[in-house]
Amino acid sequence: MPDTQPPVATLIKQGAEARVYTIPFAGRPAIVKERFRKAYRHPTLDEKLTSRRVVQEARCLHRIRRAGVDTPTVYLVDLKASTIYMEFIDGISVRDHILATSPLNHQHERELATKIAKSLGVMHDMDIVHGDLTTSNMMMRAGDNPSLVLIDFGLSFVSTLVEDKAVDLYVLERALSSTHPDTDSFFQAILNAYAKNSKGGKPVLKKLEDVRRRGRKRTAFG
Amino acid sequence: MIAIGFEGSANKIGVGIMEHSDDGKVSVLANPRHTYITPPGQGFLPKDTAAHHRAHVIPLTLEALAEANLTPKDIDVICFTKGPGMGGPLTTVAIAARTLSLLWGVPLVAVNHCVGHIEMGRMITGADNPVVLYVSGGNTQVIAFSEQRYRIFGEAIDIAVGNCLDRFARILGLPNEPFPGWQIEQRAKKGTQLIDLPYTVKGMDVSFSGILSHMESLVRDHDPYLPDAPYTADDLCFSLQETVFAMLVEITERALAHIGATEVLIVGGVGCNERLQGMMGEMATQRGAHLFATDERFCIDNGLMIAQAGLLAHKHGVVTDLTDTWCTQRYRTDEVLVTWR
Ligand SMILES: Nc1ncnc2c1ncn2[C@@H]1O[C@H](COP(=O)(O)OP(=O)(O)O)[C@@H](O)[C@H]1O
Ligand SMILES: [Mg+2]
Repeated sequence: MPDTQPPVATLIKQGAEARVYTIPFAGRPAIVKERFRKAYRHPTLDEKLTSRRVVQEARCLHRIRRAGVDTPTVYLVDLKASTIYMEFIDGISVRDHILATSPLNHQHERELATKIAKSLGVMHDMDIVHGDLTTSNMMMRAGDNPSLVLIDFGLSFVSTLVEDKAVDLYVLERALSSTHPDTDSFFQAILNAYAKNSKGGKPVLKKLEDVRRRGRKRTAFG
Repeated sequence: MIAIGFEGSANKIGVGIMEHSDDGKVSVLANPRHTYITPPGQGFLPKDTAAHHRAHVIPLTLEALAEANLTPKDIDVICFTKGPGMGGPLTTVAIAARTLSLLWGVPLVAVNHCVGHIEMGRMITGADNPVVLYVSGGNTQVIAFSEQRYRIFGEAIDIAVGNCLDRFARILGLPNEPFPGWQIEQRAKKGTQLIDLPYTVKGMDVSFSGILSHMESLVRDHDPYLPDAPYTADDLCFSLQETVFAMLVEITERALAHIGATEVLIVGGVGCNERLQGMMGEMATQRGAHLFATDERFCIDNGLMIAQAGLLAHKHGVVTDLTDTWCTQRYRTDEVLVTWR
């Protein structure tokens, strides 16, 4: 039967830079992520950043999904409209999950940390750096033993540098410690699992020490 | 209760007097300030800045008392900046605060400079629980309150945005009066051409050193003051502002989205830049959030912000023992346990 009704998009979230709508796509539950024009940004800069990020996000989502990391399936990319149509993930963000269940019990903390570390390990082994690792950019599918889903690859890039991967982990550490203040052991569990589960993990963790040291030195001045 | 606040962590010295009445009313009684201005192309050195503060701290104190129509007997607490900042200037002002404490028999409260900016901004604007963008010559931080601390969600990983602007103003030889960033702001208004510059955002962190060295090489390659230059000094200022402010607005928006907050407050010396305020306002509008900002009386370093933060702490029992009134150049915003919220 021909689809005569125009699809209805419902706004579910305004994220860090995009609006996310649910929309049926070829009969499947889907979302469309729209990087709308930012009024505050110079149009030339806005276009440059937006088109770069749409392309980068679609490409990285696709690549790491093929490598076996759970990410939303990309259905369609519309460069002109700066939109990506992708699979709707039925679940919640890791941020909301931690806020709802804190304190995490030890067993659960280890399981969640291992899932996160495995995804990050595969991603980094493919030389993909996420660029914005926060608990808002990780989701958990609904159901028992939920799969961890990495989303939001707008700031991602390809790099073989150990430094870039270490900074990726440092961004996550800072996001965890500011958003979920009592989760030191959680991040440590992620690092331990990352060391076990990624091929290039050891040098990245060593580099992370340097990155942290620089961070501590940078304590506010004037 | 009446507090007097002393600030001198960088090139400004300020003395502010603040009253919190029992009925909850808050009154600004005085807030004079003096800035150490260096010749064009030159920054301020700690030793000379300390000498400047030494020369001005007593006249400013007398001026503040006269303006508030008070005598030392009316003062309940003396607040001073413990850090972060430049060592020499900080200790110069702390010595003045200690001396007055002994002379007047009034307790001392040591204050974190960044917390001073935040509390001043909240008080003046009425923002309740904002994401704070703190931007000055020494700091670039995106801050939000959680579990009794002002937590840093994002920051500049190399140089502060104000430092980047000041150094570029020096490269162009712009006057330091009233302050270098103001000179850049005026020139940017006349710029028309957007030059492609590095844009570095990592999560909620930003980096400015790449932009600065790129700008330096542009000036080296083509003197922007020559008539046949491909870009003018105005274009350079315009491009610099458009790029670095876009980065700042972006990381602030990232924090807003991540936390789920709906208020933004800009504080610190760069926060009085009207282009930055305008851009932040447009971002807020597009996501149904609300922007709070202040003008240069309150967002540039001043004594009142120290009085305000110190008085809040003091009303919750904080007193700094004379032996603990040392200063520190490094003092993170999240080190302070916030007991008054
Ligand atoms: N595929 C998806 N399925 C369900 N919800 C999603 C999906 N992608 C994003 N979201 C929701 O929308 C929010 C914003 O999406 P995100 O990709 O992170 O955009 P932004 O770059 O604007 O942060 C996410 O935090 C998540 O809650
Ligand atoms: Mg996101």
